[in-house]
Amino acid sequence: MTENTRKARGLRAIHLTVLPIYLTTLLFVVGPMAYMIALSFMTRAERWGVTAVFTIDNYINIFQPIYLNTFVQSIRLALLSTALIALFGYPFGYFMAKLSPKWRKAVSFLLIVPFWTSSLMRLYGWIIIFRANGTLDGILMGLGITGEPLRLLYTYPAVVVGMVYVLVPFMIFAVYSSAEKMDWSLVEAARDLGASRLQAFLTVSLKLTLPGLLSGVILTFIPSMGLFFIADILGGNKVVLVGSVIQEQLMRSRNWPFAAALAAMLMLMTTLFIYLYRKITKVKDLEGLL
Amino acid sequence: MKNRTVLPNLYIGVLLALTYVPILLVIIYSFNASRISSMWSGFSISWYGALLRDRSIFDALRNSVVLATLASVCAAVVGTLGAVGMSRVKWKANGAVEYISILPIMIPEIILGMVFIVFFALIGIPFGFPALVVGHTMFCIPYVFLMVKARLAGMDKSYIEAAKDLGASELRAFYDITFPLLRPAIISGMLLSFAMSMDDVIISMFLTNAESNTLPLKIYTQLRTGVTPKTNALCALMFAFTLLMGGLSFWVGRRAQNRD
Repeated sequence: MTENTRKARGLRAIHLTVLPIYLTTLLFVVGPMAYMIALSFMTRAERWGVTAVFTIDNYINIFQPIYLNTFVQSIRLALLSTALIALFGYPFGYFMAKLSPKWRKAVSFLLIVPFWTSSLMRLYGWIIIFRANGTLDGILMGLGITGEPLRLLYTYPAVVVGMVYVLVPFMIFAVYSSAEKMDWSLVEAARDLGASRLQAFLTVSLKLTLPGLLSGVILTFIPSMGLFFIADILGGNKVVLVGSVIQEQLMRSRNWPFAAALAAMLMLMTTLFIYLYRKITKVKDLEGLL
Repeated sequence: MKNRTVLPNLYIGVLLALTYVPILLVIIYSFNASRISSMWSGFSISWYGALLRDRSIFDALRNSVVLATLASVCAAVVGTLGAVGMSRVKWKANGAVEYISILPIMIPEIILGMVFIVFFALIGIPFGFPALVVGHTMFCIPYVFLMVKARLAGMDKSYIEAAKDLGASELRAFYDITFPLLRPAIISGMLLSFAMSMDDVIISMFLTNAESNTLPLKIYTQLRTGVTPKTNALCALMFAFTLLMGGLSFWVGRRAQNRD
């Protein structure tokens, strides 16, 4: 659109600025989501595609032990990864906020670089570390701690390490942005009034950085429910997650209604967990989303 | 007092160092002479030569760069206009649209990939490049939108009012005042979008076709089927590129801060 037509239309031209986001959102977010839900209630056609015959079989199918089990595995892995990420990431973000401004910048730069590096490359690094007679075995056997290769690659711990490694920056940045804004004089005040270091931390610091921790948990829990390629690369075929099943149903079995039902279920679970978590922690505002 | 900061700083240092171990290992092994990537058998740069001769990797790289550029530019336009527009046009649906428009980065990627593949098949967006551009744009919009929105919230509105008092039109005020103030946010949003697009595996896996391989997909296939040091060499080069981009965005951010 040219400048002239914009001016000619006067005030109404400003309405055009919001149109793109309204349209793209409607067409490419609302539309696909609605279609996914509709599809999950449709029947798979005999040979190819789908027919619009209403059924809830797709949802009933999910409750077969084989599929139910992948849901349980996915949730377990996501919870475990998120807990470990909070455990490692929270202190990092918190301590980082205590650094001098110069060091803060340096540390955040050093964090951003790997975060922006291809996650596949970083996972590949872990393959090199974990594989039989790889780096870790070399070190452990060299030090005489273990006598033979650990064969960690393609095991559950390897997948957990991969998840934690890829997602921990989200937690660090979320906690950091909360802790950075914190008024440290409140901690000092608590200390002056006789609180121990631990008491001061629990009653003041932790409370004030809780929004950061919460958004960190959400930012890591959500992707961890769907990051099936980490389990694929580091877990071989031993760890089967919902994501892998959806992918298989879509690409190989071509059972789209079932894949849609699985995805809808995954979405529901994720939302439910986050809702519960927010309810329990009673925090409303999210911090450090970016 | 000194003592108390030693442990925390040590913790930060150790974790940061650990973060780089896998990356460094990939780079080190790119100079491995042996074809079997698990055995070290001397220094060689031959894999970089082999990489440069591999056309399919070049094609994948070109696809990825073009895709990331298109997606981040489209996202910048839609996201910036949306954020600016919503601050001026108070439509009732703004809140809902904002919430839904950032869904693509709020839900597990696999779900987004799934809904895209079925919906694109339904409305007839061809798989391969067209589908990839639409898909990537959709998950890049939230990054730009949120960054611009945050910047707008922290912006001093009196500049714009002053400009208007002095007779500037709406558009003029935007070009001369709002846009320059938003530029750093738009650029960081675009850089983040670019990086996210360049790194995307899941969405791309669903929307691609045989002709439009992207770099992450290529690496993913190699990681699953067997890697050679050529993959390492590729990763090492990508890392160098990331460093460059990271430095650039850091510099842009610093300049913006200095100006404030």
